[in-house]
Amino acid sequence: MNFEFGDEQNMLREQARGFLQDNCSMKVVREALESGQPFNPDLWKKVAEMGWTSTVIPEAYDGLGLSYLELSVIADELGRSVAPLPFSSSVYLATEAILLYGSESQKQNWLPRLASGDAIGTFALTESMGAPTPKKLQTSGPNEVSGNKIAVPDGDIADFAIVVCRSENGDGASLSIVDLTQDSVTAETVSTIDPSRSHATLSFKAATGEPLGEDGAGWTAAQNIMNRAAVLFAWEQTGGSDAALEMAKEYALGRYAFGRPIAGYQAIKHKLANMYVKNTLARSNCYYGAWALNTNAPELPIAAASARVAGIQAYYFASKENIQTHGGMGFTWEFDCQFHYRRSKLLSVTIGSEAMWQDKLITAIETDAA
Amino acid sequence: MDFNDSPEEAEFRTEAATWLKNNVPSEQELADMNPMQQGKYWQNKKSAAGWACIRWPKEYGGRGADAIQQVILNQEEAKVNAPNTGMFSIGQGMAAPTMMTWATDEQKQRYLPKLASGEEIWCQLFSEPAGGSDLAALRTKAVRDGDDWIINGQKIWTSGAQYSDWGILVLRTDPNVPKHQGLSYFFIEMNSPGIEIKPIKQISGTSGFNEVYFTDVRISDSQRLGEIGQGWQVAITTLMNERASIGGGGGAAGFKTAMELAQKIEIDDEPAIKNKSVRAQLANWYVQEAGLKYTGYRSMTALSKGEIPGPENSIGKLVGAPKTQDLASFAIDLMEQAGVMWSPGNDDFDNLFQSTYMSIPGLRIAGGTDEIMANIIAERVLGLPQDVRLDKGIPFTDVPTSSK
Repeated sequence: MNFEFGDEQNMLREQARGFLQDNCSMKVVREALESGQPFNPDLWKKVAEMGWTSTVIPEAYDGLGLSYLELSVIADELGRSVAPLPFSSSVYLATEAILLYGSESQKQNWLPRLASGDAIGTFALTESMGAPTPKKLQTSGPNEVSGNKIAVPDGDIADFAIVVCRSENGDGASLSIVDLTQDSVTAETVSTIDPSRSHATLSFKAATGEPLGEDGAGWTAAQNIMNRAAVLFAWEQTGGSDAALEMAKEYALGRYAFGRPIAGYQAIKHKLANMYVKNTLARSNCYYGAWALNTNAPELPIAAASARVAGIQAYYFASKENIQTHGGMGFTWEFDCQFHYRRSKLLSVTIGSEAMWQDKLITAIETDAA
Repeated sequence: MDFNDSPEEAEFRTEAATWLKNNVPSEQELADMNPMQQGKYWQNKKSAAGWACIRWPKEYGGRGADAIQQVILNQEEAKVNAPNTGMFSIGQGMAAPTMMTWATDEQKQRYLPKLASGEEIWCQLFSEPAGGSDLAALRTKAVRDGDDWIINGQKIWTSGAQYSDWGILVLRTDPNVPKHQGLSYFFIEMNSPGIEIKPIKQISGTSGFNEVYFTDVRISDSQRLGEIGQGWQVAITTLMNERASIGGGGGAAGFKTAMELAQKIEIDDEPAIKNKSVRAQLANWYVQEAGLKYTGYRSMTALSKGEIPGPENSIGKLVGAPKTQDLASFAIDLMEQAGVMWSPGNDDFDNLFQSTYMSIPGLRIAGGTDEIMANIIAERVLGLPQDVRLDKGIPFTDVPTSSK
C-alpha cells in the first residue's frame, strides 16, 4: 500500500506553497477583485515560467511530461491560495481536451503554446440557465461556429475555446477549437459572484472552427474531459477548504468574547471539527481521484465524481462557516473570508453542480455493476 | 501511488491467507458449538499456530508482528468465513495494551497468554451512572483494608460482563483530592463475592450491556496497575486503544444495501433509484464511505512505512455512526408505511434497516459520543482550547453533581 504522494511531489508542494505565499497572497487576490482586471498577467507569466502550465504535457510538445499527481499537488496549492488565474480553464479543461482528442497537428499547434502559457484556452459549454444537455445545444459547428455561450470562465482572456456544438449525429454534439481572436467572435465580460476569476459571454457569428475529435461524439468527449478535470477541480476545492479552516481557526483563537477565546466554545469547536471531517473526506477522495486519473483507471468516473461531490461539499461548508466564525467582521469587504466564499460557489458550478455529480456518481456505480 | 503490497507484505499476506484457508473451521467442526464455544475454538486454534494477537511479543502469545501485518491479517481473515471472536476484543484490544504498559512481568506472564488464546475473557468496568463522557467523575469507591481494598458502588454499560472472567476497573481511592488525582486502576475476577451483574434492556430490545454492582467486594492490592492515585493515566492507555477498536460500521447497513433497496422499491411506479433525490442521498453516503475507506488507506500507508498515522483516522466513528443512522432512517422512509414493520420475512433484507435504526443510537454514544469525538478533533487535532471546567483544582467531594 503506497497511497501517498512521493518525495518529489512533496518537494513540489513545498516549492509551490512558498511561491504562492510570496506571489499570490490574499493581497494579490484582493487586487484582482478590486481592480476590475480580468486576471493577473504577471502572476500567470510566473506560474508558466515555473512550468505549472506544462506539467502533464509530454516533452515532445515542450511540456514537462510529469504525472497527474504533480498536477494534483499544484491544484491543491492553487486552491488554497484562491489564485486569480485561468489555470483550471486552460490546464484542466482546454489542455486535457487537446491531449485527449487533438489530432497530431492540433497538438503541435496548441500544446507548446499552452505549455509556455502564451496561449490560454477555455471550455465553452453553457448556453442557458440550468444543466446543459445535447438537446439544449443551439450553437452550430464545428467548422463554422455560430451561437452564444454564456458565463464562460476566462472567456474574455482566453485565446481559444473548446466549444461544444450541436450535431445531428451520434450523441448530438461535436467539439470545435475556436480561435477567440478572430473578428467573428465577440467576448463580453459579465459581472459574477467571484470577480477574481473573469467570465464572459461569447458570441460566435460564423466563426472559423477546427473540429476536435469525431463529429457526433462530442458529448461523450465533453463528459470525459470533465471527468478528468473534476479530479483537479476537487483538489482546488480541497485546498481552499483547508485554507478556510485555517483562517477560521486562527481567528477563533485570537478573538475573545465573554473573557476567553471563542475557539474554546463548543459551538465553535464543533463547527471547526466538522470542517475538518468534511475536508478529510474530500482529501481522501481526492487521493483516490488522483490515482485513478494518473493511471487512467476504469474507476475514474466513480473516483472523479466522488472527489468532486466531496470537494464541493467541503469547500461550501468551510467557506460559509469561516464567515460565520468571524462574525460580523467576516461579512465585511475588508476581511478575506469573502474570497473563499466566492470561489467555493464558482468552483461548485463550473463543470456541473453537486446535484449533477451526485447523479453521475450513481450512474457510474450502476454502469460499473452492470 | 499504488495499492500494492511491498514484497515483504505480499509474502506475509500469502502466508496468512494460506494458513487461514487451510485452518478455518468447517461447518462440521463447529456443528455442536454455541457462538461462544465457536469463538473460543477458533481463537485457540489461531493462538496455537501463532496467528493470535500477532503484534504482541512472542513470550506473551503473539508473534512480534508490526502494525501493517496486523492490518493484512485482519483483511485476510475477513475474507474467510471464520467464527466471530468479538468477545475477546475488549480483553485483547484494551486490557492487554494496558497490561503491557503497566503490569509487572509476572502479571504479564500470567494473564496475556490466556488473553491471546481466548481461554480468559475480559470486560471493562469504567463508566458509571455519574461518569460517562466525564469518566473521571466516577464514584465507585475503594477503601484500603490491610493488603486489600473494599469496593462499593456501581458500574454501567459493561459489555460482556456476564461471560467475562476478569475485568479492568477504575475506582475512587481518595475523594478528598481533585477528581483526576483520586483514582486508581485495578483488575478483578468477575466471580468475586459481592459482584452482581444485571443486563440492561436497550431500546432495540436486546441486551448487549450490563450494570455491575459492587457490595463490599474485596480485591488484593496486588491487582492494582500503576500507583495509587495514578488511575487516570493508566485509564488513558486503555481509552487510547478503545477508540481504535470501536469501528464506524454498526452492522451491514450501508451504501450497498441502501442502493439494493432503492433498486427494488418503487416511487411513482418506477424504481426509487431513478428518483433524483434518492440518487443524491445515496451519492452522499457513497462519498462518505469512500472517504473513510481511503482515509484508512492513507493510515495504512503510514503504517507500511513504519510511520505513525496522522490524525485523519479520528473522523471514523464521527462520520460512520451518524451516516448509518441517517441511511437506516432513509431506507425505512423508502418503504413508506410498510417500513414500520419489524417482523421476520417482512422484507428481502432480514429487517436490516429496522434493526439498524433501533441499534445505531448506541454507536453514536459508545466509546465517546459524537460530541466528545468532535471535542477530541477540535482539541487534539486542531489544537483548540479545552472546555471551561468547574471541577479543576478542588476536592472531588466539593464538585457539583446532578444530585447536589
